[in-house]
Amino acid sequence: MDSAPSTDRTGIGYLPPAAQTLMKLVVTGPFGVGKTTLIRTLSEIPTLHTEEAMTQSSTRLDDTAGLPDKTTTTVAVDFGRLTVQDDLVLYMFGTPGQERFLPLWEDIARGALGALVLVDTRRLGDSFAVMDMVEEQGLPYAVAVNRFPDAPAHTDEVLRKHLDLHPDTPLLQCDARERRGSIDALIALAEHVLTRLPQPQDPS
Amino acid sequence: MSAGPGRRLIPAYLVTGGRTRPTGPALDRLAVLVRTDTALAPDTGSEQRRLCELLEPGALTVVECAAHLDLPVSATVFLATDLAASGHLHTRPPIPSAGGTDRSLVERLLVGLRSLH
Ligand SMILES: Nc1nc2c(ncn2[C@@H]2O[C@H](COP(=O)(O)OP(=O)(O)O)[C@@H](O)[C@H]2O)c(=O)[nH]1
Ligand SMILES: [Mg+2]
Repeated sequence: MDSAPSTDRTGIGYLPPAAQTLMKLVVTGPFGVGKTTLIRTLSEIPTLHTEEAMTQSSTRLDDTAGLPDKTTTTVAVDFGRLTVQDDLVLYMFGTPGQERFLPLWEDIARGALGALVLVDTRRLGDSFAVMDMVEEQGLPYAVAVNRFPDAPAHTDEVLRKHLDLHPDTPLLQCDARERRGSIDALIALAEHVLTRLPQPQDPS
Repeated sequence: MSAGPGRRLIPAYLVTGGRTRPTGPALDRLAVLVRTDTALAPDTGSEQRRLCELLEPGALTVVECAAHLDLPVSATVFLATDLAASGHLHTRPPIPSAGGTDRSLVERLLVGLRSLH
């Protein structure tokens, strides 16, 4: 019996017939922080992307400077899929964290379990706007520091202070190219999500 | 206006989520699309046809169809809504209505993630 979804002859990676419950989370952070890498590491299907409309109203100069202002352009949203139990499938959407993506962000975040915010210690400041957006959406989140070779190493204490993290917000270090650490990041997020959900009523 | 003795039942959320009432709930990007046995009419549009052909071997979510067909999610929702109304696709929500509490879902997710270690 071969139930691996990505081995069907078409290469499409159809959903396993038992898949009944589909959950999603958002992987976010600044450009180049490792969102696509983490999703590729975890996904059981080759990562896919959609081109999503984004209304550009910002006049700020930033990494897409040069695009005409006040136009509708598109941004690629990567995603991948991970079957965690026979009937339970997790989708991961790599969503850029800039303010100008807000409508798109809201659409993807609706119904999401939470967000994994990736941080690069070479440019911590780039993550502030991302975390503000996640908080505005009311999504529970965990922060994963993606370690790059030339990146300064900070203690968790220093990072928490710089990022102004709530004491309950999970903070971990991970290498988005490694499966185990990436799964640990998802586990930390899911555990955190669980603490925020109402406890079952005591039946007695 | 009477619905008459139609051949199929159109789920209420599709009627209210259709193009005439764009503010109603639309298909989720993770809604699952399943091809039915209903044959396509000869005059079926090419994009509707591509979507049905993609779904011939198995089920996929709206967003996966969008990616494979190189279409925006919104356009795929539009096509899928039409095809569901005409009985060529079944759609189902990402979380079954009897799927248990949020808490039990996240607990099961955790068990699953830990088992992947
Ligand atoms: N050293 C190191 N490099 C990484 C890591 N994650 C991603 N990269 C590299 O950083 C670059 C940008 O990653 P990418 O996933 O495309 O970033 P995205 O823009 O957030 O999707 C790629 O060249 C990756 O190979 C990591 O954890 N460690
Ligand atoms: Mg990317």
